[in-house]
Amino acid sequence: MARAVSTRRKLIYTLAAWTAGLLIFFPILWTVLTSFKTEADAIADPPVFLFFDWTLENYAIVQERSDYMRFLWNSVIIAGGSTLLGVLIAVPAAWSMAFVPSRRTKDILLWMLSTKMLPAVGVLYPIYLIFIEMGLLDSRIGLTLVLMLINLPIIVWMLYTYFREIPAEILEAARMDGATLREEILYVLTPMAVPGIASTVLLNIILAWNEAFWTLNLTAAKAAPLTAFIASYSSPEGLFYAKLSAASTMAIAPILILGWFSQKQLVRGLTFGAVK
Amino acid sequence: MGQITLEKVTKSFGDVEVIPPLDLTIQDGEFTVFVGPSGCGKSTLLRLIAGLEDISGGTISIDGQDATSIPPAKRGLAMVFQSYALYPHMSVRKNIAFPMRMAGLPKDEQDRRIAQAAEALNLTDYLDRRPGQLSGGQRQRVAIGRAIVREPSAFLFDEPLSNLDAALRVGMRLEISELHKRLATTMIYVTHDQVEAMTMADRIVVLRAGHIEQVGSPLELYRSPRNTFVAGFIGSPRMNFIEGAAAQALGAHTIGIRPEHIDVAAQDAPWQGTVGVAEHLGSDTFFHVHGTGLAETLTVRAPGEVSFRHGDRIGLAPRTQEFHRFDAEGLRIA
Repeated sequence: MARAVSTRRKLIYTLAAWTAGLLIFFPILWTVLTSFKTEADAIADPPVFLFFDWTLENYAIVQERSDYMRFLWNSVIIAGGSTLLGVLIAVPAAWSMAFVPSRRTKDILLWMLSTKMLPAVGVLYPIYLIFIEMGLLDSRIGLTLVLMLINLPIIVWMLYTYFREIPAEILEAARMDGATLREEILYVLTPMAVPGIASTVLLNIILAWNEAFWTLNLTAAKAAPLTAFIASYSSPEGLFYAKLSAASTMAIAPILILGWFSQKQLVRGLTFGAVK
Repeated sequence: MGQITLEKVTKSFGDVEVIPPLDLTIQDGEFTVFVGPSGCGKSTLLRLIAGLEDISGGTISIDGQDATSIPPAKRGLAMVFQSYALYPHMSVRKNIAFPMRMAGLPKDEQDRRIAQAAEALNLTDYLDRRPGQLSGGQRQRVAIGRAIVREPSAFLFDEPLSNLDAALRVGMRLEISELHKRLATTMIYVTHDQVEAMTMADRIVVLRAGHIEQVGSPLELYRSPRNTFVAGFIGSPRMNFIEGAAAQALGAHTIGIRPEHIDVAAQDAPWQGTVGVAEHLGSDTFFHVHGTGLAETLTVRAPGEVSFRHGDRIGLAPRTQEFHRFDAEGLRIA
């Protein structure tokens, strides 16, 4: 039975939702608009919203000054690589926590999550030293490892939640049918958890793509991803707002497009199991 | 071959011992039913045999070989689960093929066995469907098909019919019995339903709190239950128990008499009472009789045409040779 919601109430909720949505989206919209302005229009007071001389000049200059494709490629490798590596480690970990829990499983899960409560800057110094020692500074491998490690707790947590929804009897049936542990995870658990794994992968690509603290601190030129590309246009002096906006737009465009196409999958995965 | 021997098998979950030391031998080709009320450890026992749970002590041997530390996949047993446990992302064909694929059987042999199993289980038209598109009975058949194609040394059934409706359950019961006759493979079947146990088993193992109360053929258990628990559990409707002076007069603490061994008789019969509820099944009528002074309620089975109604006085004549005598511990007195 449909619950009766009065029209007035519906209107209020709709307005509230749109307001919240627009507030969240506005900075992105403003950045995109600014990227099409001249530097003078970008700092105009009062600000101009839509009525300015639209120009692609900033994109041309940014493209000329820096090698966008190299940054993009680094971002793809670091975000994709760290997510893939994380999932490969997290699937068996989540399997064991979901299907053969011990008395300490809950503690381990909480402990893993607690590492996310630590301010990253607190471990910058030791990690920086380790990176120097191991020759990982400004390398894609180093960044992939660090981003994998910082996102691993989230990957394990998400997969653990999805796996808990899968009846253990089905995995036991696979075991009775002669499947080894590897075959059980590969042929039975993983295909059944595809929606959950897909949304975990998507969310982690987004997190890793946008991660700025470690990527800025541990790279210089060779392994620098798009976050460093944006940062290179952020300058305390000079009028570079429009170019900074163009660089930002170029940096977020790929992930925005990926998010747009996968939003259905993402929402389904994130709410998976919330209602039965 | 499929002889399964349990020697001093125990199972504890933490400090709780669910299976105290237990010995049992299941002969090759035998249809054995584990029966008991819920929580009696029957499913746990099956899972120990399957290897899905580790035993805490003792040994399990299959065909004379110690299987205690062999993983479930290598024990050569097939299991049918209560929830069917089909792989939802695979077609019926792939579900049935899965154990053969894991065993690395050649493709043409797989196809041959799938066709054979599908034929035997009426699944030929459904091979390309997903489990979600099948009815409960069909799903159960797929689960059985998946077990058959492995040609296991024994089948383990964990309450396979309890998710089906009553009519389907009777049909599947027959199918499983026929399957056993055809394959002559050892089967261990867990149920809480004594009718399933009586109708299907070669041998019944009655369990209570992890203990084996009695092992025997259905008729042995029916005719000479070793204690009041087995006497009350086997047989439907339940056996009547009479305690007190009437039982002591016959030299027992408790007297048991089955409803089918009490006849409705004339008013001067040895026992008298008032009909509480009369259940007319057509072929039979069950009278629940109060006020006999023997037990709160006596259940009596009479032919279908005998008609008494609520409140009617009724005379009852027990067949005294069918009395079961039990002592104060509830054990049978020979």
